Amino acid sequence: MAPALAWLTALMVVPCALVLALAFFRRGIYGGIEYTFTLENFGLVFDPLYAGIFLNSARIAGTATLIAVVIGYGAAYAIAAAPRRWQPVFLFFAVLPFWSNYLIRTYAWIVLLNREGLITQLLRWFGYTGEPPSMLYTEGAVIAGLVYNYLPFVVLACYAPLSRLNPELAEASRDLGASAMTTFRRVILPLTVPGIAAGAVFVFVLSIGNFVTPALLGGGRFQMIGNLVYDQFLTANDWPFGAALAMALIAIMLLVLTAQSLAADRAAGRIAEAKGAADG
Amino acid sequence: MSELRTLLAIDKVSKNFGRVTAVDGISLDIRENEFFALLGPSGCGKTTLLRMLAGFETPNDGRILLDGRDIAGTPPNKRPVNLMFQSYALFPHMSVRANVSYGLEMERLPANEIRSRVDAILTTTELVAFADRKPEQLSGGQKQRVALARALVKRPRLLLLDEPLGALDKKLRGAMQLELKRLQHEVGITFVIVTHDQEESLVMADRMAVLRDGKLLQCDTPHAVYEYPADRFVADFIGVMNFVPGKAAAGGVLAANGVRISGTVPATLSPGAAAVASVRPERIRLFPSTETANRIAGTVEALAYQGLDLQLHVRTALSPKPFLVRVTADAADRRPVSSGDAVELGWDAAAVRIFAD
Repeated sequence: MAPALAWLTALMVVPCALVLALAFFRRGIYGGIEYTFTLENFGLVFDPLYAGIFLNSARIAGTATLIAVVIGYGAAYAIAAAPRRWQPVFLFFAVLPFWSNYLIRTYAWIVLLNREGLITQLLRWFGYTGEPPSMLYTEGAVIAGLVYNYLPFVVLACYAPLSRLNPELAEASRDLGASAMTTFRRVILPLTVPGIAAGAVFVFVLSIGNFVTPALLGGGRFQMIGNLVYDQFLTANDWPFGAALAMALIAIMLLVLTAQSLAADRAAGRIAEAKGAADG
Repeated sequence: MSELRTLLAIDKVSKNFGRVTAVDGISLDIRENEFFALLGPSGCGKTTLLRMLAGFETPNDGRILLDGRDIAGTPPNKRPVNLMFQSYALFPHMSVRANVSYGLEMERLPANEIRSRVDAILTTTELVAFADRKPEQLSGGQKQRVALARALVKRPRLLLLDEPLGALDKKLRGAMQLELKRLQHEVGITFVIVTHDQEESLVMADRMAVLRDGKLLQCDTPHAVYEYPADRFVADFIGVMNFVPGKAAAGGVLAANGVRISGTVPATLSPGAAAVASVRPERIRLFPSTETANRIAGTVEALAYQGLDLQLHVRTALSPKPFLVRVTADAADRRPVSSGDAVELGWDAAAVRIFAD
């Protein structure tokens, strides 16, 4: 316990506490920090300009989450339905992108989406002669980057409950007169919701605070909170406001994570309670 | 059973998975309102046959006629056949009532009809008190009854049961055997049960089919299968049997030591062919009268007291394995024997069955 606590304190609690403390001070006139207590920075977070960026970030992260869940669940379903001995191979390919650096993976999208990038070249090869489509530096590019980078998490999170599902449950549903679609909606989907929730929370939390992807693929035109925090610290030199923004972001993430963990606990509690009743 | 109308006709059905033939040209008829058992060791093809009846597998060859209509290609959700799974396969996220209602909801029946039919079947299966529980909150026996109720509530033409008692402990299994029979009688639905437990099929089935390596060996009443097994495998698989190896001869089998075991030799067995004479333990008497057709001296090797009767292992010159003899408690009291005693065994020619070896 003790080494773990020391590690957590040194690397997590102290830095966070420092940033938190920073948020209560005033910005100096020429940058720097004026050590007088104020709540102004937190007030500014709720300014429509900045609150709008929060909402925009949540919307982009939400869209990325939705797309990642649909694609990731489909992929996990296909892997779980494949012959047993092939499943580890497919899972390996699903997580293969993790073997390269996040930045490199994001740069790869620039190569793809560039005005004269691979996609445009492919279109030309098919005989397209018009203006190259502008794909890079759009919100779509940012969402594509986020989905691509976090998709493996969803695949893994959804594969776990799907592979554990007793195949006789789906057969029983069919036997009782349900179509394949109804079987999915009423039996398979409800039993794999915990995996979907875990994967979705992961994508959302990582996306809403992301700053690399919007910076590289959004070209700075689509500000997300991550970029805003980055700018406050490194461009605007307003560390206290940057700290307040960071704290607000952490609060949102904690809220989402707590809600998911409470829901998971409630589900686990129901099962434990049910087991207790069966034993009694 | 009084009704003899054929409900299900399995006609030369075969199924292979790659190079493995799971079911090999099986033909049999299952009659209306019958309790029918498919019996065989694991890997004999009985589960594959059952899954073809349910619609989860399609035969490579042959027809499956239900009420005269070929259903071999009909998907499972479109046939009036329900399966009770070995794992029960209860939906863990639904209550007992929701599990049982599920199949009727799929038929899009009006809510009040679903309610009354579910209530009725929950009463029949004594599950009313557990209607709101989730499957994890039930004991093994209760889960089994939910699985049964869920299938029965659909009022299928045919109910398939895959090793329905396999997950229960021995004592509960005995009670559930009779319970299943009672239920089958009450609901008037044809039951086809798959089991590897020969005792279970003897107790429950009106008729049974014995399968081995994808082939049908015998299909008859439990009494006929037990008393007149079709071949040596069936004789060995059903109940306990003593075998005397030897050669077919006029009026019996000549054992290795030259002793002749009297019995009826099947016409298919030519004299001198390798044959076994067999006799059930309960047909053997200790200290038989001198008129008894088959008599042999032996030594008691071991005794096992079973409450109902006494089981003796008697070493004789007839076979490498000791004879198994069952003596009633009465007979054992009249003339007690103990290990090491010299005894004489005897049985009638009518009790002997002779098979090719």
